[in-house]
Amino acid sequence: MADNVIIEAPMPGVFYRRPDPEEPVFAEEGDDVDAGDKVALIGVMKSFHDVTVDTDGVVTEFLVDNESEVEAGDALLTVAPS
Amino acid sequence: MFEKVLIANRGEIAIRIIQACRELGVTPVAIYSDTDENAKHVRLADEAYNVGGSVARKSYLDGETIIDTAERADAGAIHPGYGFLAENADFARAVEESECTWVGPPSDIMEQFGEKTQARNLMAETGVPIVPGTTDSIESADAVREFGDEHGFPVAIKAAGGGGGRGMRVVERDDDIDSEFEEARQEAEAYFSNPDVYVERFLDDPKHIEVQVLADEHGNVRHLGERDCSTQRRQQKLIEETPSPALDDEQRAALCETARQGVAEAGYVNAGTVEFLYQDGEYYFIEVNARIQVEHTVSEAVTGIDIVKWQLRIAAGEELDFDQSAVEPRDAAIEFRINAEDPSEGFEPMPGTIESYRPPRGIGIRVDDGVDEGDDIAPFYDSMFGKFVVTGQTREEAIERSKRALDETTIEGVPTTIPFHQQVLGDEQFRRAEHSTTYVEEQLDLE
Repeated sequence: MADNVIIEAPMPGVFYRRPDPEEPVFAEEGDDVDAGDKVALIGVMKSFHDVTVDTDGVVTEFLVDNESEVEAGDALLTVAPS
Repeated sequence: MFEKVLIANRGEIAIRIIQACRELGVTPVAIYSDTDENAKHVRLADEAYNVGGSVARKSYLDGETIIDTAERADAGAIHPGYGFLAENADFARAVEESECTWVGPPSDIMEQFGEKTQARNLMAETGVPIVPGTTDSIESADAVREFGDEHGFPVAIKAAGGGGGRGMRVVERDDDIDSEFEEARQEAEAYFSNPDVYVERFLDDPKHIEVQVLADEHGNVRHLGERDCSTQRRQQKLIEETPSPALDDEQRAALCETARQGVAEAGYVNAGTVEFLYQDGEYYFIEVNARIQVEHTVSEAVTGIDIVKWQLRIAAGEELDFDQSAVEPRDAAIEFRINAEDPSEGFEPMPGTIESYRPPRGIGIRVDDGVDEGDDIAPFYDSMFGKFVVTGQTREEAIERSKRALDETTIEGVPTTIPFHQQVLGDEQFRRAEHSTTYVEEQLDLE
């Protein structure tokens, strides 16, 4: 099995695991994901950018807390490619 | 007057309110989120209280905690600024029911003006012109033609059950109106589960002109002239100026008096803005902003009247001490919003640290800002961190002075809207004041 892939923040901003505070999270640890799936958002002031995975696999770990501030390049989560 | 006022906001508007408090001998109380612990508005206040986490929902939008904090701090009033809870009538009501006074219009008035169709009807009843439209839904494409022939094309076919422009179709005389009508009905059904549509005149090249008003609890209502906010992008204003270069003195007097009378008859209290669209010599009411606005500064610059201090005085029950005839705007003023956004990248917002900051100085310059050099611009809130207001004896002088002011400004660490402003100031369409709300998005070639 290949090594875990690290998904990094594409830009500085706020890490959101939900589309909206009332909505469920995009993905939980242990969820199967397909390449291109949206697993989080980075919010920068009033604009939002998708965080997507670039490989099929399983989400192994979220490395930053929901709604916390991140810098560009920060490791956000890991995915084990299938 | 209150001894203490809690300011339920952050950034430049919190600082603007702190300044008004100082001049009135009122003790300003700040609130802050985790990320704002060392923010400029906290540094400038006498007291500051943490109200929660960095995301606005957990702090600046947490009305219950804010009211508890105000009571704990023994504040006599809460000033909401703009944004966050400023237009939340439920929050205003909760403040009214607390030990604190709400610095703003009464919550029931806010409710009336917050609901757009109700606000439109309310103003129409007082004789304020609204965009011509059918109040009832229409049954056929012929009704669209009849309306357009009477009021002019283009017209907008809108969903009765909807809002925000969704499902709206703009139709010209030569379009296939039969199919447009049918498609509008189908879209209305798809979006809002209601096929009913109505028709309204569509203004394709409007200017945005708004009137500042102040009203006290004793029935005195004054206007402080108008502002032209046509330089905007996606409903976000970028440059605001007064007087509006689109109006002559007669039109200006009529527009301002119409707005003044409208809010007077509606029983409005405190500061507010009546917004209009203006095209082909006609103006139409859009909405009332029942709060202080970002661009109140240009009205202050030309009238000398401190709108924020009056908000506090009115909330304390004081009476406006000047007549309408004493409001004599002079000179021209232009406000430039300084946002941490990159105009060359579609105005993409960008947080960061202000590595160096040298705002403009000298004759005719007012700077309202929420940061000093070395401060961070957090990704949690709005990208606007400053406003430069430039005054000149004429619009031409204000424009030339603005170019000078922006040229001597240094801001490093984040991109800003300054290059956009510099381009606009050199653009003939803006200089000739031939720009409408479509200018930035459709006519200006962004560099």
